[in-house]
Amino acid sequence: MGLLRWFKRRLVVIAGLLTLGYLLLPNIVVTVFSFNNPKGRFNYEWQQFSTDAWTDPCGVADLCGSLSLSLQIAAWATLGATVLGTMIAFALVRYRFRARGAVNSLIFLPMAMPEVVMAASLLTLFLNLGAQLGFWTILIAHIMFCLSFVVTAVKARVMSMDPRLEQAAQDLYAGPVQTFLRVTLPIAAPGIAAGALLAFALSFDDFIITNFNAGSTVTFPMFVWGSAQRGTPVQINVIGTAMFLVAVLFVLAGMVISNRRNRQKA
Amino acid sequence: MATVTDAPPLAPTPAPKERPPRKRGRLTPYWLLLPGILWLVVFFALPMVYQASTSVQTGSLEDGYQVTWHFATYWDAVADYWPQFLRSIAYAGTATILCLLLGYPLAYLIAFRAGRWRNLILILVIAPFFTSFLIRTLAWKTILADSGPVVGVLNTLHVLDVTSWLGATAGDRVLATPLAVVCGLTYNFLPFMILPLYTSLERIDGRLHEAAGDLYARPFTTFRKVTFPLSMPGVVSGTLLTFIPASGDYVNADLLGSTDTRMVGNVIQTQFLRILDYPTAAALSFILMAGILAIVTLYIRKSGTEDLV
Repeated sequence: MGLLRWFKRRLVVIAGLLTLGYLLLPNIVVTVFSFNNPKGRFNYEWQQFSTDAWTDPCGVADLCGSLSLSLQIAAWATLGATVLGTMIAFALVRYRFRARGAVNSLIFLPMAMPEVVMAASLLTLFLNLGAQLGFWTILIAHIMFCLSFVVTAVKARVMSMDPRLEQAAQDLYAGPVQTFLRVTLPIAAPGIAAGALLAFALSFDDFIITNFNAGSTVTFPMFVWGSAQRGTPVQINVIGTAMFLVAVLFVLAGMVISNRRNRQKA
Repeated sequence: MATVTDAPPLAPTPAPKERPPRKRGRLTPYWLLLPGILWLVVFFALPMVYQASTSVQTGSLEDGYQVTWHFATYWDAVADYWPQFLRSIAYAGTATILCLLLGYPLAYLIAFRAGRWRNLILILVIAPFFTSFLIRTLAWKTILADSGPVVGVLNTLHVLDVTSWLGATAGDRVLATPLAVVCGLTYNFLPFMILPLYTSLERIDGRLHEAAGDLYARPFTTFRKVTFPLSMPGVVSGTLLTFIPASGDYVNADLLGSTDTRMVGNVIQTQFLRILDYPTAAALSFILMAGILAIVTLYIRKSGTEDLV
């Protein structure tokens, strides 16, 4: 009976950890199979241990090209969406104006729409305008769908800001620009950073909208999609593993820094 | 700190309420909104109009398309593809329910039980976002492979007999069956369920649990009467964030399924990018959008939560 009670008391923890396992299982498989040496075109079955792919990650034609293209697009899309989204978030939180309801719905709709619908409609626009599909159409699309997520992230942070801090700055004779740069922006920064990080991840990983609007341009997700038909090189697993590790390290580093800062303040 | 010392002696500050409204340009909010909103109007709203017009056009790729108000395209699309529509809703609905069942314990664990492990677990939930979801979906091919451990275990337990009888799997296979597609959908959209659930659970005051315990509520009663109702905003936004993208997804059905598991997304993608039948594709994506809007509106009314996201 002791075992049963122990199990019952920890049921939530066990179930939660099982879900975490389900979430991480593919990442573990991706990592393990990055050390595989497959015999055929596909890397779905374990054959033998090898570090070849890790020592030569760019050994497959077009792979690193598509990777650097995706990084560039993600960087520009993050910049565009973060600047535009932060401006909208400030306008929505700080001002009362007429079209507020309409603006809020316009921000909400792209998040409540299946990607394939946005992707298809954007393609009809580009086809009607006779636009050349490629880098620019991908960038336009990515800024469009990242924008709403940035607005939501920044809005949450700005809303919880104490407006008296800015009033205090102005009482101390700070001009509007000085107040913004030295008080408002630093306080809003975590929200802006969260929005930017989200935009980067969304843009870098986006497949559906890119699939419709890329023409013959190949981003990294498009390369992976193509390889699922033609044959998956092990290098894809290497890059997937590396991205996971980089993401974990980045977040861990960020947490260590903010912890240290909090401790210094205390 | 220079600004403080340089400032002239402070005049007695008026109470905050008496402070005159700061002078600000009336147009400032509009200048802040203009670029972003223009972007959304031109590249989000306007395309919807173009797509609406495309869906009622007739013609061919060679001779060009004309708006002829040919609404029959909609009827034909429904008549030809209703199985795919039903399948999309069934798969996305099942995946959403599974996400809720799987995601709730993990969100609960992070919010109340994780202690100092909280941040690490949160990172492990978010970090997979940075590994391409296509790579991770392909990994499921390995996990669910015919000769793999999952199929072996399910076979030994005779689970596959039951699921085959239900039509979720076919014989000794899991890959290329509805079960594989639903498994992929559940996996891919699970973080979208966990994060809103965690946010709303984290806001709950722990003293409410203690109060429920003081009033002799058993743990399950506390959950049913206190925790779950208070987490409703998270449940609503989580289910929406899972169901909407899942119903339009075509990646899971393509990579893990077969021709028998095609969803609306697959049809739209094929029509648009391979067959180049733009009117049908546009009509299909409008029907999908209208269907989802209807379901979402109904759901929000039923659950009575207005503040989303």
